[in-house]
Amino acid sequence: MSAGPETAEDRQLLLEVEGLAVEFDTYGGTVQAVRGVSFSVDSGETLAIVGESGCGKSVTVQSMMGLTPMPPGRITAGSARLRGTEILGRTLIDGREIRGSEIGMIFQDPMTSLNPTMTIGDQIAEPLQVHRGYSYRHAFDQAIELLELSKIPEAKKRARQFPFEFSGGMLQRAMIAMAISCKPAILIADEPTTALDVTIQAQILDLLQDLQKETGMAIILITHDLGVVARMADEVAVMYAGKIVEHGSADDVFYRSAHPYTLGLRAAMPTNDPTRQHTLEPIEGSPPDLFAPPVGCGYASRCPHAMKVCHQHHPDDFFLIGDHFSRCWLHHSQAPDKPETLYFREAET
Amino acid sequence: MTVLLESNNLTKHFKIGRDQVVHAVDDVTLSIAEKEIVGLVGESGSGKTTFGKAILGLHDKTGGSVTFKGEKLPKKYQPRDFQRLASRMQMIFQDPYSSLNPRMTVGEIVGEGLRLHSKENATAIREQVARWLEQVGLNADHMSRYPHEFSGGQRQRIGIARAMILEPEFVVCDEPISALDVSVQAQVINLLGELKESMGLTLLFIAHDLSMVRYVSDRMAVMYLGSLVELGPADNVYFDPKHPYTEILVNSNPEPDPETERGRQSTAIKGEIPSPVNVPAGCRFANRCPQAMDVCRKQTPQLILLQDLDRQVACHLY
Repeated sequence: MSAGPETAEDRQLLLEVEGLAVEFDTYGGTVQAVRGVSFSVDSGETLAIVGESGCGKSVTVQSMMGLTPMPPGRITAGSARLRGTEILGRTLIDGREIRGSEIGMIFQDPMTSLNPTMTIGDQIAEPLQVHRGYSYRHAFDQAIELLELSKIPEAKKRARQFPFEFSGGMLQRAMIAMAISCKPAILIADEPTTALDVTIQAQILDLLQDLQKETGMAIILITHDLGVVARMADEVAVMYAGKIVEHGSADDVFYRSAHPYTLGLRAAMPTNDPTRQHTLEPIEGSPPDLFAPPVGCGYASRCPHAMKVCHQHHPDDFFLIGDHFSRCWLHHSQAPDKPETLYFREAET
Repeated sequence: MTVLLESNNLTKHFKIGRDQVVHAVDDVTLSIAEKEIVGLVGESGSGKTTFGKAILGLHDKTGGSVTFKGEKLPKKYQPRDFQRLASRMQMIFQDPYSSLNPRMTVGEIVGEGLRLHSKENATAIREQVARWLEQVGLNADHMSRYPHEFSGGQRQRIGIARAMILEPEFVVCDEPISALDVSVQAQVINLLGELKESMGLTLLFIAHDLSMVRYVSDRMAVMYLGSLVELGPADNVYFDPKHPYTEILVNSNPEPDPETERGRQSTAIKGEIPSPVNVPAGCRFANRCPQAMDVCRKQTPQLILLQDLDRQVACHLY
């Protein structure tokens, strides 16, 4: 449903992130939360960034949006260009022209992300007053329309209510209404449905897809749920220990998984195989300590196929077909015994 | 198959102020056989956790009864009932962060049950705790540490060790994996599976992740707004749901497969679960049900057995 017919001509490059690295100073030392992340987003496209807690997926987008407190946070390298303009390194105040207007954002927990002392309508109207210079009246009427667009019944009445009068699913709709109020080119959704029930999750995902179809905005979806990824994503970036380890189209990443971590994640989930042949294979161990990140591949200590080189040197991006890449030494032309379960590019004949 | 535990028309209401009653669990009848895993699914607010707690006596029962190995359990537990039953029925909680006392060491947390329920001395208890920590994949040296020093997955293992050390016969697992990462979920599920085999446990597995519940359970029970709407073998309920609510629940669950997802019709159900304070008359699902008929709004459907399908469904369509 999501991938639809390719309309490559209509798509234009919106956001280009290159080599982004973010550190945090803590009492225990410096955590290297993001260690060189690059990706790009086209208009009308959905990029899913997948990974487990602590892999740096939220920090990546928050630092880009100027939402990480600095200090203790620090962007040590990299750039992020929105239509060619650098957006990194803006302070909270100058970040405003982009945040909320060019890039909208929704968060995991709508209960704590909204102001409990303002009515929903006022909160949605605020970005319109700030970014578009609308009068309060005009902005508030617009807010009601946005609530209707987000399929909230009785929008007029609801706009005058406070967050505590809304259910979780309704609050997430209100958050979406606020995020899209200034017609952003990109909507960042950070675990938008993690706190919701599956039935409500389906409603919210439908809503996001409908809005994307109408407005042509790009969506960066951050999630740990591979089901949500399969449902929404055109492109998928798998993150582990602060780096993107595999990136490709949804079909590439799901059907031609080329990184042992991607395979590990899939094997750890129940499948829909009715024969019950499948048993869950957990990934043993735990992610590396990012106070002192490993010199080699971050996944080496848990990887069933790890070789000597994996512990000593960082793997490069090995491109398979098109833009599909995997950051794994197994794809090196001289790698010995390649595991059968991983996808490799067919040898060129 | 011997029945280990049976709930008969179990009902739990909470009074919230004048004339207002939350119908958390209404008339739930469910029997669990020895060494069986029953999965219980439903949206938040459907009464899954309250049902689990009412079975264990952590909530007083408003009506109905629970029978454990032929013995009818008291309606309201006295301290001596807990003393007597805690070693036979245990619970693993959802949130590994708030369910462990931060001021107790792991050794104290895991050993507390033995200290209260067995006559063993301190050294023997320490030995048992060490053995159990290793059994759940932790280290015996972890005994002197505090919960904050552990990750979510490790804390869940501590919670499992605490429940298992008394070697109970029946364990309620209340969303034991929903706070954990995918790779860690599999570790915990496999651990529960191994313990179930080695100890001959019977489990009530409460969760909202349908694919995981299907994977884990022998039978699956679906709750909606406090009542049981469907019950049957897990695979059958998952692949061939009979109640319209189960069907919607299964269809809303996204699968990690882009091809399937692309072919999926949008099945998003309208509306949200109504408040359990003002329970609608008739079928509780009627106002959201795509197939609702007039009778659904007037008469409460009873759980009936579909003989050929080995399935119980509470719906006027059958």
